[in-house]
Amino acid sequence: MRPFTYERATDAPAAVAAVSRAGAKFISGGTNLLDLMKLEIEQPTHLVDISRLPLKDIEELPDGGLRIGAQAANSDVAADRSVRTRYPVLSQALIAGASGQLRNKASIAGNLLQRTRCPYFYDTAADCNKRNPGAGCAAIGGFNRVHAILGASEACIATHPSDMAVAMTALDAQIEVLGPKQTARRVAIRDFHRLPGDTPRIETVLEPGEMITGVILPPAPPGRQVYRKVRDRASYAFALVSVAAIVATDGATITAARVAFGGVAHKPWRSVEAEAALSGRPATMATFQAAADVAMAHAVGRGGNDFKIELAKRTLCRTLAHAAQAG
Amino acid sequence: MSVSTVIDTKNAEIATKNAEVAMTVNGRVRHLDLDPRTSLLDALREHLHLTGTKKGCDHGQCGACTVLLNGRRINSCLTLAVMHEGDEIVTIEGLGSPQALHPLQAAFIERDGFQCGYCTPGQICSAVGMLAEVQAGWPSHATADVASAQIELTAAEIRERMSGNICRCAAYPNILAAIRDVAEGVRR
Repeated sequence: MRPFTYERATDAPAAVAAVSRAGAKFISGGTNLLDLMKLEIEQPTHLVDISRLPLKDIEELPDGGLRIGAQAANSDVAADRSVRTRYPVLSQALIAGASGQLRNKASIAGNLLQRTRCPYFYDTAADCNKRNPGAGCAAIGGFNRVHAILGASEACIATHPSDMAVAMTALDAQIEVLGPKQTARRVAIRDFHRLPGDTPRIETVLEPGEMITGVILPPAPPGRQVYRKVRDRASYAFALVSVAAIVATDGATITAARVAFGGVAHKPWRSVEAEAALSGRPATMATFQAAADVAMAHAVGRGGNDFKIELAKRTLCRTLAHAAQAG
Repeated sequence: MSVSTVIDTKNAEIATKNAEVAMTVNGRVRHLDLDPRTSLLDALREHLHLTGTKKGCDHGQCGACTVLLNGRRINSCLTLAVMHEGDEIVTIEGLGSPQALHPLQAAFIERDGFQCGYCTPGQICSAVGMLAEVQAGWPSHATADVASAQIELTAAEIRERMSGNICRCAAYPNILAAIRDVAEGVRR
């Protein structure tokens, strides 16, 4: 690990001021950053510890929504009574990710900002445009079984690894950000992560020095919420494909639907096309299959990950069938 | 050389300044003067000579380094010691002693919940934290309805909740049996 200096921020304004130094980075749970620093993929020269900022509360909002502090632990959010009863898809997604130990340490903001687990990103001997812009992408033409099928580019086919962010995308979450000039703004989660394009190093719309202070969940949409994750082992593995679905029916007909995929793109992948193909249609397997076909209409396999296209369709159908059940 | 001068100088050798930290480890306040790069795991093993906590992968994948931080299980390899000012750490050495074993330590012996023993301190610290999480009603991926307040600690629940602890000897059936014994209050 490269040397760095360390300071602990006492409040949010001090934190954004402190991180304005060249080479500075925030650290909170550390579960992803320290992993990458040990491999010298991340090389900050100064760490600003924001783990003790008073941003851990989960608060009810007047409109019936919920505000989750950026420094809340993943495990505290997953176990929160309001989250479990009104946003069960978020609780399900959180506990589908990582391990008990990691969830106790990892923060909500850190989960959003975690970096890809593309093996070529982690292998410093391999070419990677994300690590070393212009170097090329060893995953294209390489072992790309776990890679993206939607929204990828010729520069990068990495996926975003979060489960939590997929559920938040289905819930239309807003991300609260504090900037270096102490200006606050909100970004819809759908606009927060970027597709790789020709700058895969830039993963979110955060500007240098900006800090996530919280996540706003709007009032829960009607319908049953389900998160389903498919992976290579039963627990403690990243998703090959995951689906967050929220489906409301009047018994036979779907009245509203939300669909987001994980493990398929450089960002959580909301499919408004699938939602349109579900709304107003009978809650049958034929409808689910039609939605799956439009969701994957533009999917592109790279060889090793071709199977993900069919897997994503089947996972969506199974998840929708579960979510459309009464009760 | 001041810290700010150092970090503003591109390509310069960065002189890492040691940082002081005080934390309670197994009930005793410990003062440490550490390179900020020191993980909590290395602080415990190399500076406090508490070698019960094991280094396996050093990347949060195996769980051998699991300790309790303010009562919660974490991977001590993926956190910096300097971040733990005022925190309470409990390691395997703090759970019990050869004369007075923690119930989980006794159960692991009784059920032969190990072969080489390298993962065992992490397994036991993790199980202590896990049982507290169940007590608090936290759901897991094996819980059918995350909204239900009561958790029934089935074998599937224990396996899922302990998935962050790898055992290369594959003593899993006996680890499961040991944890079940303690969860169900079995006295042997």
